[in-house]
Amino acid sequence: MTLDTRPPDEATAPTEYEEVRSTETRGMLWARWIVLISITIFVLLPIVTLVVWSFAFRWNFPALLPTEWGTRAWRYVADDSSRVFEGLWNSLKIGGLVTVMAIIVGLPASRALGQNEFRGKSTVEWLLLMPIIVPALVATMGIHQIFIRLGLTGTIFGVALVHLIPAIPYFVLVMASVFANYGTALEETARSLGANRINVFRYVTLPAISSGLLVASMFTFLISWGQYVTTLLIGGGSIVTLPLVLFPFLSGANHANAAAISLVFVAPAIIVLILTSRQLSRESSVMGGFGKI
Amino acid sequence: MRRIKEGVKLPLMLAPALGIVVLLFGGGMIVGFGQSLGYFPAIGLTEFTFSHYVSVLTDSAFIASLWLTFRIAFITTVLASVIAVGFALVLRHQFAGSKFATFLFQIPLPVPHLVAASGIILLVTQSGLIARFGVAIGLIDIPADFPAIVFDRAGIAIMLTFLWKEVPFVGLVVLAILQSVGPQYEEQARTLGANGRQRFFNVLLPLIMPGILSASIIIFAFTFASYEIPLLLGVRFPTTLPVEAFRLYQDPDLAQRPEAMAISVVLAFVAILLLVAYRRLARYAVK
Repeated sequence: MTLDTRPPDEATAPTEYEEVRSTETRGMLWARWIVLISITIFVLLPIVTLVVWSFAFRWNFPALLPTEWGTRAWRYVADDSSRVFEGLWNSLKIGGLVTVMAIIVGLPASRALGQNEFRGKSTVEWLLLMPIIVPALVATMGIHQIFIRLGLTGTIFGVALVHLIPAIPYFVLVMASVFANYGTALEETARSLGANRINVFRYVTLPAISSGLLVASMFTFLISWGQYVTTLLIGGGSIVTLPLVLFPFLSGANHANAAAISLVFVAPAIIVLILTSRQLSRESSVMGGFGKI
Repeated sequence: MRRIKEGVKLPLMLAPALGIVVLLFGGGMIVGFGQSLGYFPAIGLTEFTFSHYVSVLTDSAFIASLWLTFRIAFITTVLASVIAVGFALVLRHQFAGSKFATFLFQIPLPVPHLVAASGIILLVTQSGLIARFGVAIGLIDIPADFPAIVFDRAGIAIMLTFLWKEVPFVGLVVLAILQSVGPQYEEQARTLGANGRQRFFNVLLPLIMPGILSASIIIFAFTFASYEIPLLLGVRFPTTLPVEAFRLYQDPDLAQRPEAMAISVVLAFVAILLLVAYRRLARYAVK
């Protein structure tokens, strides 16, 4: 038996704004140019500056470009003494662990919230959103006390658990919106045709939510990836992640090293963006989730 | 039959996520709250007292920090929302370069805040790239001529870093909502004779307002509680409340901890208060 695995809602995808000739006024054209130029400068300037700095050997004021170029900063990054690779590896392990845990506990919850109306739903939503609405400072410091007693401080698992606190709300927020958009009609059909639970999930549900799930997982990974203070506290100095390696350089004088480590730190973000860009702009349900608190 | 099954199924689906959030977040809150009330058995404190709150709330340094924290979060949120809506309104149309601009607009979204700060530092310090452009076009001569916006009392570099991250976030949320709303309401209003201003304020804005408010709640809460950006780009005094709380928490003198906890509880309380007020306001505004 083969099931149709196309997304069920192709016909209802958001309509493209059609260009109406009469709206192309002078003001509109100006606005477009301003937006194009300001976004380009605003977004790219800090990143380009980082790239140039990472290859600068000597770059004194007021030169607009480095007076001497070199790869010293990159050689420092590759050197074991910089602990960049140790940080990279720990960040990857923790991020992976957080993502897997968020998917396991978050997927059923987001489905329950996205596709059902039930009594107490808004209470459940508020409870789940608590960690991103209420400053997590008290909770993090309180958890530190508990984790010391449980022996979880200074462990990869302990750090991953605290990262899970902000990760779950974001994951559920995005996935609930994805589930809400896709409906259950096709699953019912598959079930009535005799497909069992596993096959329904594999051939109907998963293909329909896969692009949303990809975006949600990657952003969950990035939430863990960017954590600084929680790692510092729960890791207790023995778990060194990339932000912990980077931080001292940001207030130091060696800008080239700071820039090179920043670029290592930003690499997965760029990979994520390339993989998910289509979903971010097309699938309104992904970003739309943040508009529904 | 089916209804009974559903009745058990939903709680089971929600339990793991709720369990983790309630256990970790809730548990941490309770322990932290207990310590702020002076319950800290590890150093022999077992009597409840409000004295830590009193000493925090009557400290003028605390008031200065609270005001700075609130001001940075508030200005960032308002500016980010207004700029983001403007960008989204233009980017929703297709035109030459709109795809490119939308792609660029997404870049800051996955970039870690520390990397944003790293780039902003290299740009806006007194010997940064923008100051060098200033020299190149003859506006300034030496670094000291350039306004000090990093390590400044106003927190401008802090806000710039947040804006770089949050303008695209709010913008993409608004863009998604604009796409799902579609052009039909505006077209109808146009047919009925509404001009551009009326179409925006009376038709479009009420439709996208809940989304704007929701996204801005997220960024306000985030900015309000942020630690590393103000620590890195701000002055030592007054510093923001999260920075102050962590400084006290990490003090070798453990007796400082209840006060650190009291500061964080006040921070959480103020945030909840503002957000509840905001939601009330939002519901009223949307009507």
